[in-house]
Parts: sequence; C-alpha cells; structure tokens
Amino acid sequence: MEKDKVPQDEGITGGVTREVQYAVDKDGKYVKTFSKGWEPKNIVNELAWEDIQEQVDEADEKIKAGKASPIMHFMAKNQMNVTLLADYVELSKWKVKRHLKPKAFKKLKSEQLDKYAKVFNISVNELVNFKPE
Amino acid sequence: MKLDFEHIPAGHCENGVISSLLRYHGLNLSEAMIFGIGSGYFFAYMPFVKVNGIPLASFRPVPGMIFARAAKRLGIKMKKQTFRKQPKRAMDELDKVLEKKLPVGVQTGVYHLSYFPPAYRFHFNAHNLTVFGKENGTYHISDPVMEYPTTLTHQELKKARFAKGPLSPNGKMYYPIDIPEDIELKPAILKGIKQTCDWMLTIPVPLFGVKGIRYLSKRVRKWPDKLGARKAASYLAQLVRMLEEIGTGGAGFRFIYAAFLQEVSEVFDDPRYFEISKEMTNIGDKWRKFSSLAAQTCKGRSSDPDGYNTVANLMLEIADDEERFFTELKKLISDAGK
Repeated sequence: MEKDKVPQDEGITGGVTREVQYAVDKDGKYVKTFSKGWEPKNIVNELAWEDIQEQVDEADEKIKAGKASPIMHFMAKNQMNVTLLADYVELSKWKVKRHLKPKAFKKLKSEQLDKYAKVFNISVNELVNFKPE
Repeated sequence: MKLDFEHIPAGHCENGVISSLLRYHGLNLSEAMIFGIGSGYFFAYMPFVKVNGIPLASFRPVPGMIFARAAKRLGIKMKKQTFRKQPKRAMDELDKVLEKKLPVGVQTGVYHLSYFPPAYRFHFNAHNLTVFGKENGTYHISDPVMEYPTTLTHQELKKARFAKGPLSPNGKMYYPIDIPEDIELKPAILKGIKQTCDWMLTIPVPLFGVKGIRYLSKRVRKWPDKLGARKAASYLAQLVRMLEEIGTGGAGFRFIYAAFLQEVSEVFDDPRYFEISKEMTNIGDKWRKFSSLAAQTCKGRSSDPDGYNTVANLMLEIADDEERFFTELKKLISDAGK
C-alpha cells in the first residue's frame, strides 16, 4: 500500500486514537503512518457488535418470558458465556447455570449477588431490579 | 515517579512492547525487525479452537512465541513472572521493579482497558503494554496500539492483568535483564527467515501455512450453504477482523514483514531483499483486497454464494503467491548462508 492511499475512514477508533499502518513512500521505502480507520474494518467490527446485541436481545426475551434471571442479560452484555462468567465469579459452571434460572436467582445470598454485580460493574440494586425494555 | 520512556506507536502490541523496552536499554531494533527475527509471519486455521463460537484463523503464531524466539535468537535474557491468583503480589512486584527504574511489559485483557475506544473492547487476553511509572496510585502506560501514552488506575490495571478466560495473563510481567554488548543480527535474521519459510511451506498438516490458506478457502466456499446467511457473515467478518483489527499493521502482518525485508536488505547490503519485499507488498495488497471484498459480502448478510466464491478464489491466488514467495526467499537465504 502507498502512503498517500492509507485510508482515513473514521469509525471504530471513535476519534480516540489512530492506528499504525505500514505503507511505502515515494521511493518505495516502508514508513509507519497513521490511519483513522478503514471502512471494511468498520463494517466487520459492527457485525461483531450486532452478534453481541443479538445475544442480549435473546436473553431479554427469555427474561420477559420468566425463563431466565437478569444475570443472563448482563452475561450477554459483557460478551460472556457460562464458562467465562463462572471463571470471573469463581463459581462452578453448574452453579452459574442454576443462577440463570429465576427461581435460584431469587434465593441468592447478598454476597453472591455482590460478586456478580462487581464482575458486571453495576450495583446489586441494578442487577436485582433489572427489567428488559 | 515517571521513567524517561519513549512511547512508540506500533502495528502490533507484542513486538511494539519488546522493541520499546529494548530501546530504553539502548538497543534500537524496530518492531518489524523483532517480528521478522521472531518468525511472526504465519497462517493457521484451527477449527478446534473457537473464538466467540467461531473457528480461529490466525495470521501469527501463538501469543508470546514471536517474542520468546526473538529474545533467544538475539541472546537477550528476560525476566518473566506470573502470579496465579495473587493479584496483590503481582502489583507489589510491578511496583518494586518500577522503583528500580525499569519499565515493565505486562500482559493484559483488552476488555478491561478503559482507554480503548469501546468498539475495541472484546475479551482478548494476550494484549501487551508497557508500564513506565506510577504517580499517586495511577500507572503510566505505553500501549503500542495507542497513538499517545495513557494511564490506568491501580484497580484497572489489576483487573486487566487478571482477566479471565482463554490465554488469561495471570499477572504476567517481563523485562530484559541481560542484553549482549554486541548483538549478532545476521544469524538471528537468517534463523528467523528460515523458520518462517519452513512453517509456511512444509508443516505436514493441512491447517498451517499456505496449505492452511487453501484449506480455509474450501471452507469459506461452503459457509453460506452450511451455516446460513447470518452465521456465514459472522464467520467471514471474524476472519477479516483477524487480518485487520488492532495489531496487525494491516493485511495480517504482511506489510510489517515487507518492512522487515527492507531492513534486512540494509543489514546484508543486498538489494535482492529489497526487491523481494515488493512481492510481499503485493501479497499484502491482495489481502487488503480480500478484506475489502469480504466486508462487502458480510454487509447486509446476504446469502448470495457469489461473494463467498469470489473471496475463496482470491485466497487460492494468495496461497499460490505466498508459496512462490517463500520458495524464493528460502533460496535467497541459502545463498546468504554460504
């Protein structure tokens, strides 16, 4: 790629930073240049976030139908599956799976709720009172 | 306390961190040079490893390997420490080393790095950055992927160093403790190139090197039929992200490698490496074309197989180009060895 053709399509960098892009100058020598972004990258990144949002929406449907606890919403929102969440809250996978059910969730002790809330970076209140839109 | 440390933005975090750590100790080797000596160029398709439920395609060897190989080939000794389930000790140790006026490389999870644009923040645990100071409980951070130096609070850094999941860093930190006076660049370069040629051409498993690109090409063709339009688009999107997103310098490290070959040309005073680097640039440009076409195909998640066939064909063309390229490069270094 040539230096003057390095794309500058603002997108995922969100004006926060620019990325290093290797490109050749007029003499054919490599230089490090900065790029604000590139449209194909923005497209595929957006698709990845769409997939995450889809998981959140699915979780919310289940919560509305009374089939899942609020933990499922925040798990999806934080891009986690049961394995990763279990790792973070330091509980076994089967326990986390149980806490995804509304019945077991209601019986959770405050210290366990606290653990989940901390991992999700929210208050216990937000977790317990979560209602999908 | 803030060390007099130069923040150098880089294409790739691992090579960027090691390059600037060495620079602090007076050894000037570019990111591209570390990448080349550490045989960073690669292709692997690993259907048995899933990221976000999608089989992993990687344009580099496993994290940590480039850097380990480069250090070994250059005779540089690094101190490496991990702290399983001991976050307090991990932070105390970091402070101790900083007090000795040594900048420290640490492995972190991207998800917890608050200074990143939100769109970057996925659960990827093999991100590297340099800590080069601490003032009032805030750490000075040089993250090669960022344009400027930044900071993290004690709490944030601790969280990032103890991210959970695949490739969890367990507080890993590292810094050079012994750098030879006279670095022998030439043999290190030749070893690095030779391994890359071998790994790209001769691993007897169809998932690696140019064979891996051809294998994946076959799979890509089948995706819309096998997975349905929606999932096929997610798969293809992830492949493009592996090529282009944070840390490849564009086109799955192919441009960084071309830059490396230009430096090799100077070290050996041999214009043939400069010439061959142009071919690598062409390969990089083709991967960029792949990314561009693939992104257009994903967009809108159409089930039209034509888009998938077009990019699959382009992959076969690139595999042929890479095979020819590394066969030539291998000949070139066997000449230099004589």
